[in-house]
Amino acid sequence: MNDTITYLETLSNAHGVSGAETQVRRVIRSLVQEHVDGVEVDAVGNLITWKSGTGSSRLRVLVAAHMDEVGFMVVGHTNDGALRFETVGGIPARILPGLTVLVGPDALPGVIGIRAIHRLKERKSTNQVPQVSDLAIDVGARDREEAQRLAPVGTTAVFATRFRQTDASCIGKAFDDRAGCATLVSLLRAPRFPFDLFGVFTVQEEVGLRGAQVASYRIKPDAGVTLEGTLADDLPKEDSDVSPTTALGQGPAITVMDRSYITPPRLLQHFTQVAEREGLPYQFKQPGIGGTDSGGIHRAGKGVPTITVAVPCRYIHSPASILRKHDLNAWGQLVDAALRSLTPDVLTPQLSE
Amino acid sequence: MDTLKLLKQLSEISGPAGYEHAVADALTHLWQPLADEVRTDAMGNVIALQYATGASNGEVNQRLMLAAHMDEIGLIVTGLEGEFLRIHALGGTDRRVLLGLEVDVHGREILPGVIGARPPHVLPAAERNRIPPWHELFVDVGLPAERVRELVRVGDYVTPRAPLRTLKNDRAAGKALDNRASVAAVTLALAELRRRQHAWDIYAVATIQEEVGTKGATTSAYGIAPALAVALDVTFATQHDDSAPGTFALGSGPTIGVGPNFHPEIVSRLKQAAEAEEIPYVIEPLPGSSGTDAWAIQLAREGIPTGLISIPLRYMHQPVELVDRKDIERAARLLARFASDLEADFRPHWEDEL
Amino acid sequence: MDLKLLEQITQAFGPSGYEQEVRDLIYQEVKSYADEIQVNPLGTLVAYRAAKQGQGQPQRLMLAAHMDEIGLMVTHVEEKGFLRFTSVGGVRPLNRIGGRARFQDGTVGVVYVERREDTRSTPELRHLYLDVGAESRETCPFKVGDVASFFGPLVKQGSRLISKAMDDRIGCYILMEVLRRLEAPAYDVFFAFTTQEEITLSGARTTGYQVEPDIAIAIDVTATGDTPKALPMEVVLGKGPAIKVKDSGMIAHPRVRQMLVEAAVRSQVPYQMEVLVGGTTDAAAIQLVRSGVPSGALSVPCRYVHSPSEMVDASDVEHAIEMLTTLLTTPPQ
Repeated sequence: MNDTITYLETLSNAHGVSGAETQVRRVIRSLVQEHVDGVEVDAVGNLITWKSGTGSSRLRVLVAAHMDEVGFMVVGHTNDGALRFETVGGIPARILPGLTVLVGPDALPGVIGIRAIHRLKERKSTNQVPQVSDLAIDVGARDREEAQRLAPVGTTAVFATRFRQTDASCIGKAFDDRAGCATLVSLLRAPRFPFDLFGVFTVQEEVGLRGAQVASYRIKPDAGVTLEGTLADDLPKEDSDVSPTTALGQGPAITVMDRSYITPPRLLQHFTQVAEREGLPYQFKQPGIGGTDSGGIHRAGKGVPTITVAVPCRYIHSPASILRKHDLNAWGQLVDAALRSLTPDVLTPQLSE
Repeated sequence: MDTLKLLKQLSEISGPAGYEHAVADALTHLWQPLADEVRTDAMGNVIALQYATGASNGEVNQRLMLAAHMDEIGLIVTGLEGEFLRIHALGGTDRRVLLGLEVDVHGREILPGVIGARPPHVLPAAERNRIPPWHELFVDVGLPAERVRELVRVGDYVTPRAPLRTLKNDRAAGKALDNRASVAAVTLALAELRRRQHAWDIYAVATIQEEVGTKGATTSAYGIAPALAVALDVTFATQHDDSAPGTFALGSGPTIGVGPNFHPEIVSRLKQAAEAEEIPYVIEPLPGSSGTDAWAIQLAREGIPTGLISIPLRYMHQPVELVDRKDIERAARLLARFASDLEADFRPHWEDEL
Repeated sequence: MDLKLLEQITQAFGPSGYEQEVRDLIYQEVKSYADEIQVNPLGTLVAYRAAKQGQGQPQRLMLAAHMDEIGLMVTHVEEKGFLRFTSVGGVRPLNRIGGRARFQDGTVGVVYVERREDTRSTPELRHLYLDVGAESRETCPFKVGDVASFFGPLVKQGSRLISKAMDDRIGCYILMEVLRRLEAPAYDVFFAFTTQEEITLSGARTTGYQVEPDIAIAIDVTATGDTPKALPMEVVLGKGPAIKVKDSGMIAHPRVRQMLVEAAVRSQVPYQMEVLVGGTTDAAAIQLVRSGVPSGALSVPCRYVHSPSEMVDASDVEHAIEMLTTLLTTPPQ
């Protein structure tokens, strides 16, 4: 399981904004190639891997983690060489001032700076969040022509955060969902499952759960499991008696229902029973928050019973997220155990006679 | 083919989302001499097929889909109140341009009407700066209530009465140029492709109901199952009150979309085709949904590598949409060159696959 | 009208994703009337009847009514035992305050609103809570993820029927009645009792993919324009079932619309034409399946949709059953 953290470090430091996941795909391919029976990239960029089972189960199971992270796209240039940009995926404008980013495939450093506080005309401006359309990335270019050459329109940029560890935690960017990718890599490098496993590293989750939908349509699995890095809101608040959505240190977070899909009750029960049997901690993510690849997977073809199981992360969609190693390990163990004990009766809705 | 004449014909047909039959009929006629087969599918999409040059029916060639939506935004009758008609939107109709608009009501006959605007003399001050919500708008067809009942029903559609006007510098303004300008471009491209060699079967699709959720694109892409697709739509042209990023100068050529919706190799081929034909173009960054048929087509079946060419247009979703003829012709040539450059065995790859 | 069946079907517990009880009930009712019955991966029950008349290859016609109702799901248990919740489907806070919710085991909870500074603003869901009478978090029998439906017994008054979940148990009732009466279908008919309509339309979408119909018709409720200060809408209670022209998710295929009009005329029942501004049905999802399915909808006019007291008219329900039966037994031209 320490291996998962090693994979997480490499994956967290890789760049892959929605629609530009090439680098992440390369890293993952090199990590899983020797351990699976096949690897392919599909028409939208999903990395699809398959690993035959031992033969004792005829199920086909799709496990998904998305490769893309939220980031930025260059949309224009200013006369004095700065880059106009838009966000890719949901990044709130208020975290942007003062940020360092890495631009393009060559990871050119750039900064997002705003008018000095000393020079603000009105005092109330110190409380105002600038609009993204008023911001720009400065890579040090002298003029428009140089900026266009260095970072043409369409170039993507990511947070400049580098992965770090403490005894208890990992700190880095894009744990949503490089944590899922790392855990899926570990699953694919583990011994064969009873059934045929399709490990799909999806694209474009952050802009609409898009890659997952076509992968599920193609594979037509009997069950789907989405591995996510989900939000933990267990932070100081005015009213403390409210849901934290998920909390660090309480184990993997299982989704009952989010804005994109609902977990079939029997599948939900299977995972909680396995957790209890294995003595693993778990929590339910606050229902009704967010959407995941399960939203794309469950509705493809004739329908797929699907579940999202996630590791809680604080500060997702911002430069540096934090997760607990203990949660990461318990998560990997739960998913592995629940998969290995998955049987068809968990998946089929029953008709009472 | 005279581009502006073609544009005029296409612009003036009434075919809002869900009611595209008049456009479909006209296109079936127009495309017949330009294709080997023209048909309409179960949903109402018009599909013209040009086989690969020299190919016959039995051969299996790769399929390229070109999509341009034929529906326009419009209005639908939701109720009859005495002699007045209540209306609502078909697609993203801009309420700000409706007051005082002359319209055609497509009932048992086509009735001329006006969306009534109370004159300033009787408008309270608060009203003057307010756009009425949908339930306060109405159409007056100048007929008594009993006659209206005979001629108009709930569900009838209403479109602006806006003949295409030719302006200075080869520019034209009228209704439905979103997306008849692209339909015109596809028509010109089909004519051009007849004159060139191409190794792929080309399916030109005039899709339905893009304005209410890219419905025609979703279903026609599934039906055709192309190996590649290029959509044509309009994009925002720089205008007097809007020159922010995301707008593109009229007459500076079509835009080519980049972003998650588009396969990078399709993008680079579109650029190459433009350069080879000496067509000026602009890269249009689209960090998320392109808001076009391309967004739906990309996810059909197991996914389809997709591209987008857009024609700059001012005053979108207003009866005075404005385009430059040269941009339409450039879009057409770009499409034709892209299509004819496709090698028979071409397959787009990802950078990390090579 | 089979009031006993109507009561059972409206009162059954079945928020989106948790339709088991409704499915079991429908299964028991229809199993002896269908040639084949199956359940698909997301839980939709499909009852099939083969064509018994007509020339050549029969067309495949899918009728869809959704089993799921709106409800709520617990998101947090407060220290003092009050429950916070999120909506399963479109729950409107204003019409829930002071009403009751019911969990699967029958436990009742009171829905109420916290005291707010600005009493004139419309409360949002996050201001509401559920009181099941628990004293503390530790002694509260419910936890995060538990699901409840709303409380609203069936009442018949004159020709009006009032209950929770008329949306869309009235559609399920109509399909069950049509299936029972159906003698010689002119189509291969697929009666689909779908799941998850209120949250994602995924039951209908996946069933449409599986069945591959030539035509699809959803049977659902629609709003009316006949209540005080209502937004203009032509549909009113008691003037016949409504044939869908357009709603917020779909423009009905003209051919299907025409089929429904002809069936109404042939059955000599009144009907209305419907344009619904806010809301859609299973048909919106089915129409986009594969290379497209010509789709439409037949709606039961309903006041107070998504409230504890949805009201329909028995004559509209009967007329819907009659015209659907006519439609199914009339060979296509």
